[in-house]
Amino acid sequence: MKRDIILSGVGGQGILSIAAIIGEAALRKGLYVKQAEVHGMSQRGGDVQSNLRLSSEPIYSDLIPQGATDAIIAMEPMEALRYLPYLSPEGWIVTNSATFVNIPNYPDEAQLLDVLRRRPHVILVDADTLAKDNGMPRAVNMVLLGAASAILGLDAELLEAAVAGLFAAKGADVVDMNVRAFRLGREAGTQQVKKAGHAE
Amino acid sequence: MNEKRLILGDQAVALGALHAGISGVYAYPGTPSTEITEYIQQSPLARERGVYSDWCTNEKTAMEAALGVSFIGKRALVCMKHVGMNVAADAFVNSAMTGTHGGLVVLAADDPSMHSSQNEQDSRFYGKFAMVPIFEPSTQQEAYEMTRAAFDLSEKMKLPVLMRLTTRMAHSRAVVTLAPPREPNALSFSEDRSRWVLLPVNARRRYIEVIEDQKELRQQSEVSSYNRYLPGGPRGVVACGIAYNYLMENFPDGCDRTVLKVSQYPLPLEPLRKMMAECEEILVLEDGQPFVEDQLRGLLDESGKIKGRMSGQLPRTGELTPDNVRKALGLPDRALNAPCEYVVPRPPALCAGCGHRDVYTILNEVAKEYENSKIFSDIGCYTLGALPPFRAIDSCVDMGASITMAKGAADGGLFPAIAVIGDSTFTHSGITGLLDAVNSKANITVIISDNLTTAMTGGQDSAGTGKLESICLGIGVEREHVRVVVPMAKNYDEIRRVLREEIEYSGVSVVIPRRECIQTLKRHLKQAKS
Repeated sequence: MKRDIILSGVGGQGILSIAAIIGEAALRKGLYVKQAEVHGMSQRGGDVQSNLRLSSEPIYSDLIPQGATDAIIAMEPMEALRYLPYLSPEGWIVTNSATFVNIPNYPDEAQLLDVLRRRPHVILVDADTLAKDNGMPRAVNMVLLGAASAILGLDAELLEAAVAGLFAAKGADVVDMNVRAFRLGREAGTQQVKKAGHAE
Repeated sequence: MNEKRLILGDQAVALGALHAGISGVYAYPGTPSTEITEYIQQSPLARERGVYSDWCTNEKTAMEAALGVSFIGKRALVCMKHVGMNVAADAFVNSAMTGTHGGLVVLAADDPSMHSSQNEQDSRFYGKFAMVPIFEPSTQQEAYEMTRAAFDLSEKMKLPVLMRLTTRMAHSRAVVTLAPPREPNALSFSEDRSRWVLLPVNARRRYIEVIEDQKELRQQSEVSSYNRYLPGGPRGVVACGIAYNYLMENFPDGCDRTVLKVSQYPLPLEPLRKMMAECEEILVLEDGQPFVEDQLRGLLDESGKIKGRMSGQLPRTGELTPDNVRKALGLPDRALNAPCEYVVPRPPALCAGCGHRDVYTILNEVAKEYENSKIFSDIGCYTLGALPPFRAIDSCVDMGASITMAKGAADGGLFPAIAVIGDSTFTHSGITGLLDAVNSKANITVIISDNLTTAMTGGQDSAGTGKLESICLGIGVEREHVRVVVPMAKNYDEIRRVLREEIEYSGVSVVIPRRECIQTLKRHLKQAKS
């Protein structure tokens, strides 16, 4: 088993929490894990990404080669498309459809979503709205992780346990909210995979 | 069974040092090295053992304090980003001259591709220059083990050891298997008292000793388990540090090249001679400047066998990736998706609600009132004032250069010469420049934009918090020209007036806009709530 994942977003959107949870679940499954992160200047509202590699075989490079990524998981649609050259032909894009506009020349939203919809393997969820409508506006990243769980090849139970583990120190309410966000996203993601007729 | 942890390369170094029995870690924050000291600050073992871990004022004070720990026979780690090596260089180079007693490891985290830096200098040059051993791990596991081994080597050779990471090792996680920790050293003194006193008469003797030591260092590199010669085909590859990973990534079914993996310097001669004799070409893969390639080629190498960044097989600048290594190896390209035409760059920016924003808003306004106003800035979050919408600053060079460049420009006749520096950068390297300016009565206006923290690296304690006014007064800035304002929209009129008055004052004035960093404020409010 091998999964090379690029997590992307804007500094502060919580991609490192997603990475930590997937990494933890992979470890519990006995996989090798490597995860390169971005710290420093770009965390100030710039584009950020993390390369997460899971494999049943030892992993050499901390960075994923171009054209080899199995899944791009993005908190934001333009940040999903930034890494297209890294995606393998059969790779999935799982992205939040809600834009994060903090630059004056942000591209046309409809065009971005159109490019995404035309990709062969895509899960597009409005994680912002889903989270907000269900009273958990701070758990957008967990909604997205849930959606991605539909194609990650890791058991939902393992991922949920890792979600609970990450938030354990913040109390039962926070754990509960994040697990619910995860399930909400998972439902949305699974539906889209089914609708597109892809077996996972 | 030994404990396993999923940790950053930085954290592996931190644990390696703790488990090697350090008595202190000395550092100034700097990407990508910051997480080492932070990890030790949070470590229960460090707390239990009373390991010193407060942030230092700059890399030079850190290096010297660590040398003091070594002097009394105990072990110390010094951490910095690559440009910090420039600040620590006087102490670092001379620590090889005094030599060490307790183990001393200097960690430099280099940043090829300049993710968060102003240059991509390669710290291995400093190690060679100071004639000390250099370790460059290729995995997080090696980062842990080699840090421990570096302390042993330092004590054996009575030399500091330079540990070099690059960004992708510092900031990448993998599982590390830990070994039982070693106890810290007891107090002891070195038998040779004179080598610590670098009077010329002692230093001359000591210099010969250090040169003599080089043979043994080279031998140790040749027998080191971190350097490995792996025979393969007629094409040779020298892979340094994490470059080895990018090489192997491109050969999932086994590597058909003869490989020398290098993680310990000085370079091992024997395997290199063997490769030169047996291989048609030698491709040098190194993350950083062509340190090894340059040594292998020399100026007069006519063989044409040595390939790398200088020969054009690899880009001359920027970090290595599996992709540029693939190309250098001559392997076929992969089919790639085209980039999306709508994607635009998203540069970092000052946070919404950041006090630096208010400072630049008004400073830009006031500066425009003068034909030749120039704003010399410095290293920190406020460097982002160079980008739109502010485009406020005219320079950013090194820690402290805002004040001294403004002084030089004022000396030469510029008016108004304005410096913008952060609180942490001011204490790091701004104080001495301000003293120069006061002593020569330079006509400059210094803005110390005080957010009460070292913000860019994630909010570490700032050495000058609560002391800035008294530092300025102590240096001799006149009391009526040390002005404090609160950078908020409601105070714009006052800030505008104060800036105008201090620019018009002919002499050194200091304006301190003070408001807590919005990021640390959020954290503090959260902590107060829970």
